[in-house]
Order: sequence, then C-alpha cells, then structure tokens
Amino acid sequence: MANPEAPGVDDVIAEPGIEPGASAETMLVTTDSFEEYEQEMSNSIDDRQMKESTTSTISELQEDIREAPPTPTAVSPTEPKPEPPDDLELEDNTQQLSLNSLEIDPLRNTTWLAQRKHIFILSQAGKPIYSRHSSEDKLVTLMGVMQALVSFVQAGNDMIRSVHAGDTNFVFVVKGPLILVTVSKTLESVPQLVLQLTYVYNQIVSVLTQSQLTRVYEQRRNFDLRRLLTGSERLIDHLLNFMDKEPAFFLGAIKCLPLLPSMRDAISQTIVQTCGKIKNLVFAILLANNQLVTLVRMKKYFIHPADLHLIQNLVASSESFKTVESWTPICLPKFDSNGFMHGHVSYLAEDCQACLLLLTVDKDVFYSLSDAKQKIVEKLRRTNCLEAINESMNKASITTAEIGLPEMRHVLYKCKSTAQFWSPGFQPPYTTDEEIERLLGLYQCLHHRLHAPNRPLKLIFQQLDKETMLAWVTSGFELYLTFEPLVTKPDAINSVSKLLKWIKKEEERLFILNSPTF
Amino acid sequence: MKTIEGKVVILGAQGVGKTMVICRYITKMFNRRISPTIGAAFYTCNINLERGKVKLQIWDTAGQERFRSMAPMYYRNANVALLVFDLTKHSSFNEIKSWVMELKRNVDKTMVLVLVGNKSDLVSQRTVDAEEASQYATSIGASYHETSAVCDDGGVESVFVAAAAGLYDLSEENHEHLNSLRINDSIRSILNSDDQPASPSSEDCLADRSIAHGIHEKPHMCC
Repeated sequence: MANPEAPGVDDVIAEPGIEPGASAETMLVTTDSFEEYEQEMSNSIDDRQMKESTTSTISELQEDIREAPPTPTAVSPTEPKPEPPDDLELEDNTQQLSLNSLEIDPLRNTTWLAQRKHIFILSQAGKPIYSRHSSEDKLVTLMGVMQALVSFVQAGNDMIRSVHAGDTNFVFVVKGPLILVTVSKTLESVPQLVLQLTYVYNQIVSVLTQSQLTRVYEQRRNFDLRRLLTGSERLIDHLLNFMDKEPAFFLGAIKCLPLLPSMRDAISQTIVQTCGKIKNLVFAILLANNQLVTLVRMKKYFIHPADLHLIQNLVASSESFKTVESWTPICLPKFDSNGFMHGHVSYLAEDCQACLLLLTVDKDVFYSLSDAKQKIVEKLRRTNCLEAINESMNKASITTAEIGLPEMRHVLYKCKSTAQFWSPGFQPPYTTDEEIERLLGLYQCLHHRLHAPNRPLKLIFQQLDKETMLAWVTSGFELYLTFEPLVTKPDAINSVSKLLKWIKKEEERLFILNSPTF
Repeated sequence: MKTIEGKVVILGAQGVGKTMVICRYITKMFNRRISPTIGAAFYTCNINLERGKVKLQIWDTAGQERFRSMAPMYYRNANVALLVFDLTKHSSFNEIKSWVMELKRNVDKTMVLVLVGNKSDLVSQRTVDAEEASQYATSIGASYHETSAVCDDGGVESVFVAAAAGLYDLSEENHEHLNSLRINDSIRSILNSDDQPASPSSEDCLADRSIAHGIHEKPHMCC
C-alpha cells in the first residue's frame, strides 16, 4: 500500500530540478489541484461573496486600451413573468407518486436510483434548475428536502458540506444564489466532487456572468433560472460527461496537440503577425481534437486552466460552430466573472477541423477578426501548417508499448510549472469506456491521496487485483502510472526513469514551452 | 450592371428554425443535428436577380432570452430583417410583434421586413393561419412567406429573393441617402475579395445620414 519512504527514487531523473516539460514561460495560470476546494473550505460565506464580486479584468482592459466608452454588458430588461406558486407544483407531484416511470416519478425508477453520479442544481429558494439524469421539474419535493437541509444548517450559522451513507457521498456546495448537490457512488473524494460542482457553477457563470446571476435573484428570489439557461443544459450535460472521461479537470492542466516545435512556432507567429494590429484582442486559442495547438495572449494577461476547460467544453459540445463563423459572448469566470468577452469562433477549414477562437473585449471588431481569420488560414495553408495539424490529429497517440516500456500500461504526467499534462494512448485492457473510466477512477484515488489535506503523500506504490499503480509528486511534476499487476518495485522504478528520459527528449513536441504574446 | 450589398438580420423566438432556414438556403440540405446558436452566426451569399446582383451579409441571431439584449448589435445596421416564427406556435407569432415594436423604436432608417412562417410541413399542428399572418405582414409593410426547412418547396428561396429584391428597390428609391447599403455599378466588388465590409462601429457614425422608408413612414408607437 502507501509507501511514503522512497529510497533512491530521486536518482531516477538524470538532472534533478529540470523536469521534462518545465519552462519559465507559461500562458496558463498554474494552480494547486485543490485550490477550489481550499477556497470553498477556508472562507466564510461573506468573505467568498466579497471576493467574487470585486475585480473586473474586462473593464480594466477596456479602460486600458480604448478611447471609446466601455460597452455596457446590458441584460434583457424584460420583467420575469410571474411563476405559479410552488404549492401547486408540489400538489401535482404528490398526485403522481403512485406511477412508476422516469417521466412521472424518478424516485421510484430503479435505473434512475442506480445512477452512479447525480448532479442537482437548485436556487436558494428551492426551485429546481437542473438534474443530470431526469427532468428537474419532477424533483420538486426532493430538491425541497435538499434546500431544507442546507437552510437548516445555515440557520445555525454553519454550512453543510457532505453526508456519507455507505458507499454514497452527498456533497453540497452553496455558491452565490445557487445550491449544487451531487449524490455519488463513485470513488471520488469529497474535494474532487466539490471541484466538479464548482466547475458546473462556473459553467453557469460562463453563460450568464456572475453579475447577471446575482441580479436576477436580487430582483426576484423566486426566479426560474431555467428561462435564462435554455439551450445551455447540454453544456452542463457535456461538461459532466467530459469530467468523467478527462483527467484534465482533476489535474488542473491542459493537454497539447503534439507538434514539431518549428510548426507550432510558425502557427503562433502567423497569428501574432496577422492579429498583432487588432486592438483589444486578448486571447487567440487554437484547439484541435480538444487539445491545445497554441495560445497567443495579450501581455500581462494569462488564462486559467479552468477557463480553458470551459472553452474546450463549449467547442466540443457545439455542433453549430463547425459550419459557420460565430460571434459568441463568453464569460471566463476566472478571468472576469462579471463580464462577457466576445469570441470569433470558427473552424480553420473544411479539410482542417481545428477550432480557432479569437477573444476580445470589443464588440465591434467582428469583421476585422473575420478578415484576420481568413488571412491566418491562407498563410497556414501556404506554410503546410494545416497539413501538420491534420497529420497530428489523425495519428493515434503513441502508447507506452511503442515507447519501449512493456510493463507500463498507461501514465499521466503533469508538469506543474506550465500546468500542462501528457498521457499516451490507451491500450488493452483499457479499451472500453467502462475500463477507461475505472482507470481514471484509480488515478483520482491516487490523486486524492497525494493531495489529502490532512496527510499528503509523496509516493504511492499500490498493488491491486488488476494492475499496479504508482504515484509520485515532486516540486516540479506529478506522475501517475499504471503497470502490469505483477511488476516488481525495481522494474517499475526503472521504467519510470526511462519514461522521464523519453518525455524529456520529446518535451518540445509534447508541450508548449514558450508563451507568445501580441 | 448594378451590384448592391446589404446586411440582413434574422430575428425570432428560440426554436422556430432560424438557423435551419438559412442553412437550408446556403447548403440546400436539412441538418437535424444542429445545436442552438450561441450569440450569432455570420453568413454571406450572392443572389442574382434579373435586374442585378445582390450580396447579402446575414446575421443569424440566437433566439434564447439571454441573448435578447445583444440583438441591437445586429439589427442596428441591418437593411433587411427576416422575422421568423413557428406556424405551430402562436406565441412565437406574437413575439414577432414585439420585435417589430422594438425595431420601430430603435431603428430610424429604412428597413425591408420579411415575415417568415416556418415549419409549414407540420400541417396538422398548425396554429397560425395564413390569412392572419399575411394580414399582419401587410400592416407592417412586410412580405409574407411560408417555409419548411425539412421539405423545402421553394419557400426558402423565395424568402431570400424577396430580401434581395426589397434591397434593390430600396437602392433605386433612395439614391443619395445610402447608409450601410452599398451600391457598385460594376461587379468588381463581388469578385474582389479585398473589398472589406466596414465594421459595425464605423457605420454607426453614418446612422444619422440615413433615410426613412417602410418603418419610418408609420408613426412611432412609443418613446
């Protein structure tokens, strides 16, 4: 099991201190994995709300760069329509309790009850907003119970964090005017579930902005938020599935599309040269297969991996971006939770499905961005960059077997200084969705034990039924490895050493080691 | 031959099929898997009329309530508004009326209005009858068309031809007061891709030189 002493383990890197993928330059805000959780836990309710509403990066930017008056991010002035009183809905619900189907009453539906992870969102007034596995308006009574639990504990000047019953965890996050609850039968720890709920909350902020969210509830405590969220439920659905499959979220890191450094530089330089003169352009982000190709930023400004994850989620869940140029308002909660940025979103070309996002604080520059995008694509085509992107997109990820590490099945490597991670392709037995999710669950367990607030570990070697796991954290990187079940400790450490040498050799291709600016 | 260039904005409630109609027109196909528009999407197309060529820059806006406040960004500089409603949802027809009011209040230049009743294939679920819609269209000086993005019988085409023809008429009537409507006496501008459209902001300053037609002829409802 856990083995905090690691004799000789520091010898495995040839040059200690220079970990693979490290760079003094980064475009990402580097974070501790449990930053969100610690923030949730350490602050009282009042502190946190103060913190969330004070800074405004967007208005700062607008003041900085432009002469024109700042754009009011106006909200629809329409008055909310009166809602039927809750009592009515309650009555309806109790009448239907006798019927046994998901549509009528999820609480009597065995498949619904057996779901591994439920997510519920409700307002502080107890109004249902979202449920992951069923229609939320059938859950009025259930959400009433959740609201009652939260407000009962609140009345004692305290906050409910989690309830544990057998293998089920009930985790509560109260943020702004919303209550987010998960009921989980997975192995994920409470901090990890809090992190996921925070992502869901940030997804809502990304659609509405914090200020609009606060305002609608100030105007009307009983507001039905579903009206403003119509069409965005799929973003939340997709985000939740995404988090079940992607280690990027719990690692707090970004995966890059492997590319020759010369190609990546050519792409970045093309963007810098074409867009350099466009005022108020804050970020240019190029994503392919949901991996980062390049990110060009305005000097002084950085992007938080959590914001980039929301952008990845938006791109991956919006079919409509593929065929047309879009002009999309996006709020990046970590960058500025109170204002929208405007994003010119388009795919490079029909024969190159990489998505380019040009994010600006100026709502009037669509046509200049549209022209710039055309020019970028033309230049990239001439310099064979489109081809290079396609080639990398279509190539299956290298596996550890191909690297020459037969006893190693899979690995997650996170470089802390750049908030980037790398992982190889999955190979048997991790070929089905269930197996992949099971493996990610194992990684999450290791991750939790490395970062457990009360007793953090540095090294874990764990022999399980179907595999042997090793996790190792240093000041420069985090490493999570899966081996054949019968691997010996020396063999495992030996192949870790080989792996790190390989990553070091390939680092320029696997990671973005510079941080281009406009 | 004269070539004109104009901006079109598509407005209407969520889920009435605004994106479907424009996609049908541009790609001649029906795509069921489309996700809701976020913000707005931008298309361009060229239409050849007997009288000349028209280049349309089309803004397809999102219908969700949360995007309502962003609509002025798109209709302020538009020469044509396509007002789309769902023939099977009377509420979406009523919503058109509030769009028209909003346009009257906020746009003081000429605008061609085209009223579009979509989903005409769902005959049995229909709740807005043709007479009611076309009467309303007449009352606001709009032309009325029924379309089906699923099984198109030419209705979609007629919407865009009407938009183009309306633009053409506009350019004939008001020669010296051109706002964002651009007229070229050769086809050069269409072929020349460097001829860039001005950004909305630069056109704002031209707004007070604009002309009145259509909407402006009617008394302002309020404000």
